[in-house]
Amino acid sequence: MWMIDLPPFSAFFIGALLILCTRGMVRSAVMLAIPILSAIHLSMVPEGIYLQFTLFDYQLTPYRLDKLSLMFGYVFHIAALIGIIYSLHLRDTMQQVSAMLYAGSALGAVFAGDLLTLFVFWELLAFTSVFLIWARRTERSFKAGMRYLIIQVLSGVILLAGTLFYLFENNTLEFGYIGLDNISGWLIFISFGIKCAFPFAHNWLTDAYPEATVTGTVFLSAFTTKVAVYALARAYPGTELLVYIGAAMTCFPIFFAVIENDLRRVLAYSLINQVGFMVVGIGIGTALAINGAVSHAFNDVIFKGLLFMSMGAVLHMTGRMNGSDLGGLYKTMPKTTILCIVGAASISAFPLFSGFVSKSMVMTAAIEQGYDWIWLMLLFASAGVFHHAGIKIPYFAFFAHDSGIRANDPPNNMLLAMAIAAALCIAIGIYPQALYSLLPYDTGYNPYDATHVLAQTQLLFFSALAFVWLNLKGLYPPELRSTHLDFDWVYRRAVPSVLQQAFSVLWRFDRVLRDMIKQRLSACFDFFAGKNDRISILLSQKYPSGSMALWVVVILATYLLLSIVR
Amino acid sequence: MKNEKTYLFDNPKNIKRLMQIFYFCCVVLVILDFVIHRHTMHEWDSLWAFYPVYGFVGCVVLVIVASWMRKFLIRPEDYYDNPDSAEPEEKQLKAKGEHHVDD
Repeated sequence: MWMIDLPPFSAFFIGALLILCTRGMVRSAVMLAIPILSAIHLSMVPEGIYLQFTLFDYQLTPYRLDKLSLMFGYVFHIAALIGIIYSLHLRDTMQQVSAMLYAGSALGAVFAGDLLTLFVFWELLAFTSVFLIWARRTERSFKAGMRYLIIQVLSGVILLAGTLFYLFENNTLEFGYIGLDNISGWLIFISFGIKCAFPFAHNWLTDAYPEATVTGTVFLSAFTTKVAVYALARAYPGTELLVYIGAAMTCFPIFFAVIENDLRRVLAYSLINQVGFMVVGIGIGTALAINGAVSHAFNDVIFKGLLFMSMGAVLHMTGRMNGSDLGGLYKTMPKTTILCIVGAASISAFPLFSGFVSKSMVMTAAIEQGYDWIWLMLLFASAGVFHHAGIKIPYFAFFAHDSGIRANDPPNNMLLAMAIAAALCIAIGIYPQALYSLLPYDTGYNPYDATHVLAQTQLLFFSALAFVWLNLKGLYPPELRSTHLDFDWVYRRAVPSVLQQAFSVLWRFDRVLRDMIKQRLSACFDFFAGKNDRISILLSQKYPSGSMALWVVVILATYLLLSIVR
Repeated sequence: MKNEKTYLFDNPKNIKRLMQIFYFCCVVLVILDFVIHRHTMHEWDSLWAFYPVYGFVGCVVLVIVASWMRKFLIRPEDYYDNPDSAEPEEKQLKAKGEHHVDD
């Protein structure tokens, strides 16, 4: 069938064009049809390589299908469909087109079989998604989008440099296992790391996602980081360094999440925490761990999307996003409340919800491979994520003190999108075998044994008990209108102000130096002018002729000197 | 707003009931540790009530450390928005005199 050669991203790119040409109901229909048709098409295609051509003697493979990429391909289709349903009420061409292109770029990246194609989609991811931030059309979002774009493009440039080194070292562009043996390996690793929000490179995420539009954040949370997770799983499985980086990623954001006021920023921090679990899984590199990482990425796209959608609904209906301004919304937004709690239970890995069946794989793999301390860190992070995403988000938005806001549940399309996501969370939690059958390896893992369920339930209930106890004691940090410094302080404040100071000192020094040289120079000129005058007067009474006679003497003398030297 | 409908948690009795159920669940979960034979994978998690204690202590430590971090990380909401913050108003006041009125 000729259609088989058509890579999934092309459907989305064509879709973006169609959206530009249509209006109203037709546009909505096109937007809904694209991910559904593309997903049906994808499910019929068997594994293999479908598109290959040669460019300057190098084999390029823009479309390659295997179990790993297929898994991400499926979830990106689900995320795109949910996101599109969620944004059906929008009348904003810029957002709709860029969301379509963005989803297409993510699909292009995961099906890329060579590094050059990957680079192209890597950069497209940045350029298409930034409009979802700018679409908020405030100065704040414009600046945040600019910072986001700079960092994302930088990641792409490093990837290109790494690709060129890789080509030089291995004489091939194939995108497979790379490892950290050469410069190229390190460069590509750093590039993936930036997009994956490694510690100290994570601030683009917490900076930009909360500034994006209500619907934009839902798309953003699904694609960029998951593409990076896919790329790491493809190129660096079993790299021990990743275990430690991932463990750090699970732990440090939860401290920031506890004190952060903007609830979508809390979710952005918890996104880093969840990606940390995936990175640990990739670092461990056993079949079980990779399965855990990939399935957690799959689940995370859905439950993190659900949480961002529920917070987006709150923002859409109330115009507020700070924990300090919200509260008591369960009274008039009961459906959103319930859907948000389903998302919260999933991210906290409650038994029978989707997070449980994937996160436990990574934890089990960690302890099986003897990473005891890492396992303790992951356990702490599991308790912590329940604390800030599982309890804090629903509690401060929908319960806590009554803010007096009486907003209604959001439009039906938003509720439907959230309901689909929530249904998937529960379905995967109850029947994980469906998810496991899609995974790259067959490990025969069963999450529901008595030990596991009991341990996780105990951990979560006593984390909740800690929350209750701290609240009753008044020890829980109140939600305050504030900014909290993070590593982005370095490039948003420290470096600019240091540069400013340095330049002001430099300019002052430069001024002094120039003045000094100018003074010396004019003194010199005065001196020579004086001499010149005196000598010229010796040769002639008239100043110009004297001067000319002097210069003739100088030229003749030079000529004489040169002829002697020769 | 006087005649506003009362909602589920407006009644303190409901909150109390919910909390009682919650405490009861916690107690049951600890007791289950004795009832269910757990096949542990590590010496740590074979300790009695390892998960409940770890979860509780972990979260308390998390919140206490986070509150401590807040002391030196917190800044005004518009910290990044005005480039030379660091109490710009005070500086301006000092420069202009406290009772200066801009015209």
